[in-house]
Amino acid sequence: MDFAALWNSLPDFAHSGVFIVAVTLVLVVSVAMLTLWERKLIGWVQLRRGPNRVAIFGLLPGIGQPFADVIKLLIKEVLVPAQSSKFLFRIAPAITLVPAFATWAVMPLAPGFSIANVDAGLLYVLALTSVGVYGVILAGWASNSKYAFLGAMRSAAQIVAYEIAMGFALVGVIMASGSLNLGTIVEKQHGAFLAWNWFWLFPLFIVYFISAVAETNRAPFDVAEGESEIVAGFHVEYSGIAFALFFLAEYANMILVSALISVFFLGGWLSPLDGIVAADSALFQIPLLGTLLNNGLHWLVAKTFFFLCVIIWLRATFPRYRYDQIMRLGWKVLIPVTIIWIAVEGLMVYFKIGPWSA
Amino acid sequence: MLVQILFYAFATVLMGSALGVILSRNPVHSALYLVLAFFTSAALWLLIEAEFLAIVLVLVYVGAVMVLFLFVVMMLDINVEEVRKGFTRHAWLGWLTVFALVAEIVGVVAVKQLGIDVTKAAVPVAADHSNTAELGKVLYTTYVYPFELAAVVLLVAIVAAIVLTMRKRQGLKLQDVGAQVATRREDRVRLVKMQAERRE
Repeated sequence: MDFAALWNSLPDFAHSGVFIVAVTLVLVVSVAMLTLWERKLIGWVQLRRGPNRVAIFGLLPGIGQPFADVIKLLIKEVLVPAQSSKFLFRIAPAITLVPAFATWAVMPLAPGFSIANVDAGLLYVLALTSVGVYGVILAGWASNSKYAFLGAMRSAAQIVAYEIAMGFALVGVIMASGSLNLGTIVEKQHGAFLAWNWFWLFPLFIVYFISAVAETNRAPFDVAEGESEIVAGFHVEYSGIAFALFFLAEYANMILVSALISVFFLGGWLSPLDGIVAADSALFQIPLLGTLLNNGLHWLVAKTFFFLCVIIWLRATFPRYRYDQIMRLGWKVLIPVTIIWIAVEGLMVYFKIGPWSA
Repeated sequence: MLVQILFYAFATVLMGSALGVILSRNPVHSALYLVLAFFTSAALWLLIEAEFLAIVLVLVYVGAVMVLFLFVVMMLDINVEEVRKGFTRHAWLGWLTVFALVAEIVGVVAVKQLGIDVTKAAVPVAADHSNTAELGKVLYTTYVYPFELAAVVLLVAIVAAIVLTMRKRQGLKLQDVGAQVATRREDRVRLVKMQAERRE
């Protein structure tokens, strides 16, 4: 049976459907493995071992931990507080989760390939990430608990503040590539390590990374669930699989922002050799090594993994910010930095300096 | 065909959520219905291939404006009964608006029925046509002065809002980060040399 012919005979929506299911499955498994990797990595940073009990078939101690956790959470009862707003309470975890997955539709996964090639892709990404905050706000409000409510309020203010810095940082990326299409943004960074956006847009790169960590409510910006002050923040009333969905959303968001930083500032699927070695060079013809060195999905995965490790490293290293300091950093430091650098970049584009000389 | 089914589905949801905004007893639910209404209108705009406007509607109204709106509504303790007291007193204004709106819509449709086409039919464009790029070109060339003027008006509004609400409270202890960073060891620690004393 000819698999390629069968594949080509399928209609467009079937193709998209297959890709959507594949990406979703890979993401869910990655989230499970990421929770384990985070605990292991933080363990090593803090001179502990991390999870090392649950093995699969007696191999690799610790690898079964995420599966054990999932089963435990699935079996637990989901408690709905009596005075809560029942419908909103149940739908909130889903609202947090959906944007984290839906954004992958426009992600340029490999040369010339994304599930949906949207021209306004970058706007789509911004719009969806801003929808995610509703899950947190609704969870906090529907729980009818003051701790959850405080967490939701903190989260809302924080996300609105950092979204502005994030948007401004992306304005720089749009100026550099002249397109809102994520695929084009990656292609425009063509030409080795220093041609990637991070070099000429270094301040924006740093601002975007900090805002991305803040947007995902990760340490050191996790005041929304600051355990020492408000128990567990917005998800304090959630238990069982409803809690697990929030957990899943947080890690899916981590993967998403890491992938987005790679696409915007580190050339996505571009290989560091791209532009140094000619595309038709003999090096890329070597069977396995050539494919590895050439452009492809694996570079995006590697860059994403790098940023995931940095985010985990941040959590292991830094104490939590105080709330007013978070606001100060967002409004008084990050936003001015982005505005200044957009002006500098505008001058560079106008006078044709650096990568804009051509 | 599919587009029409989608249109009526979204339109139904839009009407339902718009009714929800004015009929729900809880102000937070009203605000959430409004979010749904914005989202569905964005979907309707996508159907007429105005993808830039649709996404910006979600980005600006759903992502920013309504979040702040919800923020405020959740904080306020609104007494719904109190608010509803004026309902019958102001009902005539509501009816007037409804009649005006219906008359306008009927007017536009009726004029079309008579064969006088005041709004030209949209010209279909190629599939690779970028709505966003076209809007950008027009906005920054033909309409650049009105665009900049609108931006300045917005800026003035922002500055005015801050000036009107800003008040300096006396005796407020604020953190001065610059001073904290500039602090040297000598400002905080003083080492005092003293003889060791023997306890009697």
